Amino acid sequence: MEAATAPTRPAEAPPGRGGISERAREERRLGWMLCAPAVIVMLLVTGFPIVYAIILSLQKNDLRFPDEKEFVGLSNYVDVLTSTTWWSDVFNTLIITVFSVGLELVLGMAIALVMHRAIFGRGPVRAAILIPYGIVTVVAAFAWRYAFDPASGFVQGLPLISDTAAPLSERSGSFIVIILTEVWKTTPFMALLLLAGLSLVPDELHEAAKVDGASTWQRFVRITLPLMKPAILVALLFRTLDAFRIFDTVFIQTGGANGTETVSILGYNVIINRVNVGLGSAVSVLIFIFVLLIAFVFVKGLGASTAQQRGEV
Amino acid sequence: MQHTARERSFWLIAIALVLTYALVPVIWMVSLSLKPAEKLSTERGFFYGIFHPDFSNYDAIFSGSVFTRPLVNSIGIAAISTFIAIALAALAAYALSRLDFPGKTLILSGALAVAMFPPISIVGSLFDIWRDIGLYDTWPGLIIPYMTFTLPLAIYTLSAFFREIPWELEQAAQVDGATPFQAFRKVIVPLAAPGVFTAAILVFIFAWNDFIFANTLTSTNNARTVPPALAFFTGESQFEQPIGAISAAAVVVTVPIIIMVLIFQRRIVAGLTAGAVKG
Repeated sequence: MEAATAPTRPAEAPPGRGGISERAREERRLGWMLCAPAVIVMLLVTGFPIVYAIILSLQKNDLRFPDEKEFVGLSNYVDVLTSTTWWSDVFNTLIITVFSVGLELVLGMAIALVMHRAIFGRGPVRAAILIPYGIVTVVAAFAWRYAFDPASGFVQGLPLISDTAAPLSERSGSFIVIILTEVWKTTPFMALLLLAGLSLVPDELHEAAKVDGASTWQRFVRITLPLMKPAILVALLFRTLDAFRIFDTVFIQTGGANGTETVSILGYNVIINRVNVGLGSAVSVLIFIFVLLIAFVFVKGLGASTAQQRGEV
Repeated sequence: MQHTARERSFWLIAIALVLTYALVPVIWMVSLSLKPAEKLSTERGFFYGIFHPDFSNYDAIFSGSVFTRPLVNSIGIAAISTFIAIALAALAAYALSRLDFPGKTLILSGALAVAMFPPISIVGSLFDIWRDIGLYDTWPGLIIPYMTFTLPLAIYTLSAFFREIPWELEQAAQVDGATPFQAFRKVIVPLAAPGVFTAAILVFIFAWNDFIFANTLTSTNNARTVPPALAFFTGESQFEQPIGAISAAAVVVTVPIIIMVLIFQRRIVAGLTAGAVKG
């Protein structure tokens, strides 16, 4: 896909060492100069704090006992990895991630197909789905929390829903509301990425398959999906990493109560509420490693699928 | 092409579903914000507030500084973050989309990696450092960490927009004797302005949306932005949530974004997807 869409620059004179022209050298220097500020700032604002977090995570560093600061090696990591809280929070985070990303994929695909094939009304649909995207996550979390509020929400009054339902007071209900909020807020992003992928599927293939008697469903499964695989993987990668660091929605809707604490909420509680910066940093670094692992798996899959596609097409 | 009545009604239903999906929580929030406290549990209809508007919640949030000060902080911090990110990213994106130099792929993939960074991973460090050097609970204390997501986003969307610019004009200017830098300043900047503006809206939305940094790196209204302020609004008693006030404040911070998004929807979609798919 990248190969298909990225504008290929006409190869100018091959830059042999020492043989590059004055102009090419100037271009190279200008390129580096223009990129330098952004690159340096990105390194400073992420690289430095993460290295610092690793250092903090190797210390006993509890702001309630500032005099007891000392190097303790990996003992914070041992504490985190042997605690049941960490693993149940990882489990909660994975539940939210898997269910919300899965639902978003299905719903996002449906919306993308509506936008792609619509015979009219494409504009209003696109405008409407950008609304959840633009809304502050905290606001969306409040809106859904109040909608389900047993004393003042409208959901209880709906048909098919128990008049005493109070989902945010028990575990599975809380998960449902959190996942619903996430799905509502981020499906538009998924839909737009998938729509961009859909537009890369050539119509001729569909026409040809139609002539051969393939049904709409067959064409979707045999033509659209395989050709969209890279776009789907990219969308899944973005959304999975994003969902894994979920914080805002959980913080507003349950604060981590009812067994819905996620790893980001745990990190926040340890660092900010218990001011145990050392232990909290170990949690932070572990979350970072998880995110790297997820990204690694997806990038592998993506590499494999684009390579496969280049071989086939 | 003629469409059958069945096709038309199918699409009408599909469109109605998508519109309902997008608008339900928004209308609900507006409706809640227009309901006085005593009607919250007696009039639970979805549209009640819309049909019987009462503006007391809006009067309440604009009468003190509990909401107005965070609103000023939010606008200021998001605007400055956007300005810095766009300025730095515009230079980089020009180079990335236009010039040939080693390390381009590395910079683009590095920016992508930074964009995927979990904010909680650096919250502890920043909390510790900021308290030492006096950046805790200040505007710069938030603007700096906002660069972790505003810069990569700006680089990606701007590179995507810059690829669409008719670069022949730049070459024409260079043929006429302009240096690459002059060509950039006199020809490309005016052409790139609409894309830059769109990228700025996207970046602004992201900065406006932040909760985790603003929640952890501020403690007072000195720098607290709207999202954490909403989370810490207090009602009459500790156990009562000021639902009306929170809803009114939520509507105030949502409506301008929705208007911007609706006006610039076509470009925003282009920026969002081009950045992601071509990456």
